[in-house]
Amino acid sequence: MALLDVKDLRTSFRTEDGVVRAVEGVNFTVEKGQTLGIVGESGCGKSVTCLTIMGLNPKRNTVVGGEALWKGNDLLTMKPSDLRAVRGDEISMIFQDPMTSLNPVHTIGRQLIEAVLLHRDVTKRVARQRALELLKAVGIPRAETRIDDYPHQFSGGMRQRVMIAMALINDPDLLIADEPTTALDVTTQAQILALMKTLQEDFGSAIIMITHDLGVVAEIADDVLVMYAANVVEQAEVHDLFNRPQHPYTWGLMGSLPRLEADVERLTQIPGQPPSLLRPPNGCRFHPRCPYVMEICKTTVPALKPTARDPDHLEKCHLDEETKEREAAKLLAATMAEAG
Amino acid sequence: METAPAANPQTGDELLVVENVRKYFPITRGIIFQKEIASVKAVDGVSFSIKPGETLGIVGESGCGKSTLARCIMKLLEATDGKITFEGRDITRLSRPAMRPIRREMTMIFQDPYASLNPRKRVGFIIGEPLEVHGLGTASEIKRRVQELLEVVGLNPEHYNRFPHEFSGGQRQRIGVARALAVNPKLIVCDEPVSALDVSVQAQILNLLKDLQDDFGLTYIFIAHDLNVVRHISDRVMVMYLGQVDEVAPREVLYKQPKHPYTGALLSAVPIANPEVGRQREAIVLEGDVPSPVNPPSGCRFHPRCPRFVEGHCDVEEPPLYSFGEGQVAACHYPLERWPMTADEIRRHGSKTSAQPLPA
Repeated sequence: MALLDVKDLRTSFRTEDGVVRAVEGVNFTVEKGQTLGIVGESGCGKSVTCLTIMGLNPKRNTVVGGEALWKGNDLLTMKPSDLRAVRGDEISMIFQDPMTSLNPVHTIGRQLIEAVLLHRDVTKRVARQRALELLKAVGIPRAETRIDDYPHQFSGGMRQRVMIAMALINDPDLLIADEPTTALDVTTQAQILALMKTLQEDFGSAIIMITHDLGVVAEIADDVLVMYAANVVEQAEVHDLFNRPQHPYTWGLMGSLPRLEADVERLTQIPGQPPSLLRPPNGCRFHPRCPYVMEICKTTVPALKPTARDPDHLEKCHLDEETKEREAAKLLAATMAEAG
Repeated sequence: METAPAANPQTGDELLVVENVRKYFPITRGIIFQKEIASVKAVDGVSFSIKPGETLGIVGESGCGKSTLARCIMKLLEATDGKITFEGRDITRLSRPAMRPIRREMTMIFQDPYASLNPRKRVGFIIGEPLEVHGLGTASEIKRRVQELLEVVGLNPEHYNRFPHEFSGGQRQRIGVARALAVNPKLIVCDEPVSALDVSVQAQILNLLKDLQDDFGLTYIFIAHDLNVVRHISDRVMVMYLGQVDEVAPREVLYKQPKHPYTGALLSAVPIANPEVGRQREAIVLEGDVPSPVNPPSGCRFHPRCPRFVEGHCDVEEPPLYSFGEGQVAACHYPLERWPMTADEIRRHGSKTSAQPLPA
């Protein structure tokens, strides 16, 4: 049985202007020790997907559908007290902004100890010992003295390390990281990604990594979901995704990325901007920006279906196999030739 | 000895020459009798020059002084020391009225397309204001020019009367570009113009900036922390660390054979969007954080984090900019011999450089 099995997850928000469908039917599973990358632009529903799983959306205006089975139990219909027992213990989360996700008026030691005491029946002394261990594990120098410091005494990268320590303190089975390195500089990002990889090896946790950066996905994910306008448009094993991308949006994303290893005079750009989720376009959500648009795209939503070559590679596009293979090969040749 | 165009230029045709510019922000104590107790050395002795039609990329991590440097060049901040020459004219100590005509020649595009447009003004006014300030044309001429500009940057001229909030992030950045273009400047300083945008929109803006450069012969100073973006747009790239220049080189040279270990670490830290290439490569992970610019490390400022730090040399003697030919200069006593190198190879000490330091 998969650790987490998400089936047809749907989230919509009631707003003054109408209903925003932020997630429209997302399916995925996460196995033990596996890293799932969810990639997409702002507003595509990648964060909402994870907030829904964690039950962190505002209750009043949110309508949730589908299932999120955690070890067989549906997180979406769980009693709040049961959910609290899972959250922060078996599943934990790292947020994007390390500057605002720590409480500024408590020492980091106190915040770490609180996380232990909420879920474990141990003394404060043991909890503090555990907090120290984790701070050392995430590479905070002089952890014995720094444990009594306040968040403002840490730099951005160090604060993100504290967040990671807090997320790992109860040995979670699943770690959800929502853009954990976006607010950081490249060298700090490299430190944090390396740290997450080592910790995954040591603790055996599964990771869901939400990011807008295809580079980060390529570095650490095993499987990838590409989301666009509340829908999964492509889902594949990471090598397969980068070697044989099948959806025009994925091609657009890869083409619009300036690369260190390839020298292109002009970036392929995706025209226009992502649609409003209040009034998404009919048919395929991507059709107004798609260079391969056909009549059928404007009226019928394509199904998310396996490709002929690989049953585990799913894509949501009306284009025929032949065109897709050809375009994927063209894109790959363009980047590879330059790299070579 | 090679002459490096980076630091000792003066061939006469430079658009902008920056010499030994410093910007210190004082830290004061006391309320009435403010006493200066220390200073933040945000920019500490930076020199470079830029030729017409060229794009100079400036990269560095947050707090390295790249934005402060841009603001000093634009004279939005008064440099503490040094000299800035624009088209052969020293503008470092010009008064505000004397500076005004020069402001037509250099404009700026800001990072945040949400904060840099006045939400209460219509787009037509925002783009037309620089024209009005400089007295370039009558109201109807200005309106025509603004509509032309909207078209140039890929917006609908009919959106003249809209407010900024009616546009998306990418479109707002286009408005920012149109405003910078309005007075037909020679130099545009772009301070992280695409870092707040999604990748697909980022590509649109980068392509637009390139097209405009070809059409209008613009010169750009392009500041960014994303090395991929800088590589894409720049002719020459300058790497900054803690208020100083670590390395300057033509783009192909810098990315193929970086000399400074910090440049190497930066390059190796960029995630590669290709799982086969990315996972084989070993990132050079730097230890610790960027030190405080109030009290920067002695000798080479990078030495506490440098994988090839040599005790008794790097922490004592500040490295000058050495010239490595092909317009490449780097401030390192023990430059990288080749590239790529693994973290291990870098750690095994290189030999002291035989390259010649640039004359001061």
